[in-house]
Amino acid sequence: MKFPLRASFVAVAVTCMTPAAFADTIRIAYIDPLSGTFAPVGQNILNSFQYVAEKANAEKWAGNNTIEVVGFDNKGSPQESLNVLKTVIDKGFRYITQGNGSGAGLALMDAVNKYNERNPGKEILYLNHAAVDPDMTNSKCSFWHFRFDSNSDMKMEALTTYMAADKNIKKVYIIGQNYSFGHQVTRAAKDYLARKRPDIQIVGDDLHPIGQIKDFSPYIAKIKASGADTVITGNWGSDLALLIKAAKDADLKANFYTYYGSTTGVPTAMGAAGIDHVKYVGYWNVNNETFSGKDIVEGFKAKYKDDYYSMATYSIITALSQATKQAKSIDPVKVAFALEGLNFKSLNGEVSMRKLDHQLQQPLYIATWVKTNGKDVKFDQENTGLGWKTNQKIDAFVAAQPSSCQMKRPG
Amino acid sequence: MEFTLITLLNGVSYGLLLFMLSSGLTLIFSMMGVLNFAHASFYMLGAYFAYMLSTQFGFWTAFFVAPLLVGVLGAAVERYGLRSVHQYGHIPELLFTFGLSYVIVEVVQLIWGRAGVPYAIPASLSGSLFTLYTTTFPVYRAFMMLVALLMLLSIYLLLTKTRIGLVIQAALTHPEAVEALGHNVPRVFMLVFGGGCALAGLAGVVGGNAFVTEPGMAATLGSIIFVVVVVGGMGSLSGAFVASLLIGILQTFAVALDYSIASLLANFGLMIKAGSPFFSLFNLTIAQIAPVMPYLLLVLILIFRPRGLLGVREG
Repeated sequence: MKFPLRASFVAVAVTCMTPAAFADTIRIAYIDPLSGTFAPVGQNILNSFQYVAEKANAEKWAGNNTIEVVGFDNKGSPQESLNVLKTVIDKGFRYITQGNGSGAGLALMDAVNKYNERNPGKEILYLNHAAVDPDMTNSKCSFWHFRFDSNSDMKMEALTTYMAADKNIKKVYIIGQNYSFGHQVTRAAKDYLARKRPDIQIVGDDLHPIGQIKDFSPYIAKIKASGADTVITGNWGSDLALLIKAAKDADLKANFYTYYGSTTGVPTAMGAAGIDHVKYVGYWNVNNETFSGKDIVEGFKAKYKDDYYSMATYSIITALSQATKQAKSIDPVKVAFALEGLNFKSLNGEVSMRKLDHQLQQPLYIATWVKTNGKDVKFDQENTGLGWKTNQKIDAFVAAQPSSCQMKRPG
Repeated sequence: MEFTLITLLNGVSYGLLLFMLSSGLTLIFSMMGVLNFAHASFYMLGAYFAYMLSTQFGFWTAFFVAPLLVGVLGAAVERYGLRSVHQYGHIPELLFTFGLSYVIVEVVQLIWGRAGVPYAIPASLSGSLFTLYTTTFPVYRAFMMLVALLMLLSIYLLLTKTRIGLVIQAALTHPEAVEALGHNVPRVFMLVFGGGCALAGLAGVVGGNAFVTEPGMAATLGSIIFVVVVVGGMGSLSGAFVASLLIGILQTFAVALDYSIASLLANFGLMIKAGSPFFSLFNLTIAQIAPVMPYLLLVLILIFRPRGLLGVREG
């Protein structure tokens, strides 16, 4: 008897304290690794979220509503993510965001679907900032999930379009981490290259365990023996840094086409070894055509002594602010309907949230790792004096993919 | 040919680094019966100390001072921590080092942050030593090998040719008798523990900039050095040496072998395609399971030769 009494007392107290509904706090639970091998990446993105939210609150992006992002450690594991989800639901969060690892993402998606079905009126919305498994907006798509990063197929589409124009590419080697995302990269790379440049030969295809290899020299010896001139990899964090370092040591001259060359730790580890050899495809980099987002990069660096690279944090806060204004409510169901088909301006230009599958349609950039020159490469990363030079901005329609999503909407 | 030679060199140099790490662990185990779970943490501390010192005084100062600092720290841990836990038996000792490893990781994260630090190879040791066909072999890798071999030589001389070495060897099997002869066995323990930690620290100094210096570095190498110690034989230094090289070479060569059960069956005309049952199992290549090989070896050794390759105890 004691517990419900106390709960109702708290509920009454809370209702009394809230001065009507026009100045609410939109609370987002950030569920990502904040300890372990991938903690540096998780912490950086949490800081990015909080930095952008602060800016949004100061500039009243969401009108009188304020946005708050709170970090929860899922240790990178799907199982732990589900425990954290229960905790944040108990704490009254209605919005969650996650991104590091599609394994945890898929688990959360499934749990959110079930929870929302069983608890009408208490729905949770999952804003995905970086989990890029294409399934999440195809066969497993859900009304309660919105993805603000481009999925791995879209990135591969952009990357292969860029590669197709380079006649020097003859032999390609694919190496990736052995989990769902690594498998998707391998599959997409083979399919798209076969379509765009059937003359390119795939000379090797390796999957290694995630986060365990410290010495990549045997893999490099293998790549070298295969005669590859280009390497495609979806590796991130230290898996990418060590791969590139080992390539430099063995004097491997191949070019690296990466997804995550800009994530925490990679710039420091590759240093000068990566100059001209490492490229990356992503939704934004600060050395873009108009240096859009440079005030955020500068402010973030002054505050955290770190680099702002996870631009999806900006897209999410912007889209959420606009959707709550449009819906005149912070209720997740109304906000979700407002998010569908929403057009808004992010740091990479005009973007839109496709209603069909909840996949953000946005331009992609291809960039190369070079020395900063004060002109088109003004900003470096991790104080290395090296930064990303934009080679090409690829329009959203080029990377757009069809979707097999059969969305079930509430009501 | 190029591939074979380079892979062999890579395997040997990786194996030698493993040896640097596991030699301290096996010495400590054989002397004190303590399985030091915090051993890899001392490896990490070596790397971080070297990073800090090298930014102030240059790499060579760090190279000599950092292992000493780690050694002193290790000796202090033995003197003021392990020794008081010792009377309660092996399990509390084990738990003590287990807890210590977590404490060290957290302290490192508090001081140096959760991301890696830019601990770079000094200019005098960067570049390539020689070119084999078209592949360059980095000077630093050769330097790592040299350090490991010098270390092996000096441990060997210390243990066999000096008085303290003889006491250590005697205390290995008959600690009570050694104590009865008037030697201060607890102090020998402290020296061995400190020395073992210093060796791990030295491995950290040379391994930290060869790979990446980050808070996760202890966890990733922590498990594999136990494999080395078990495979080599608990407490056998030469066993640890053989096992390190074996695991280093095994792991590097396995990466190159793209053979799977499917490709084996294909030789007999049995084609396994994407739709076949158990495709993902049959299609698993040796290259993919390369990182698991050491642990497989661990399990096999424990089944068929529990005392390890060159172990003398627990026959």
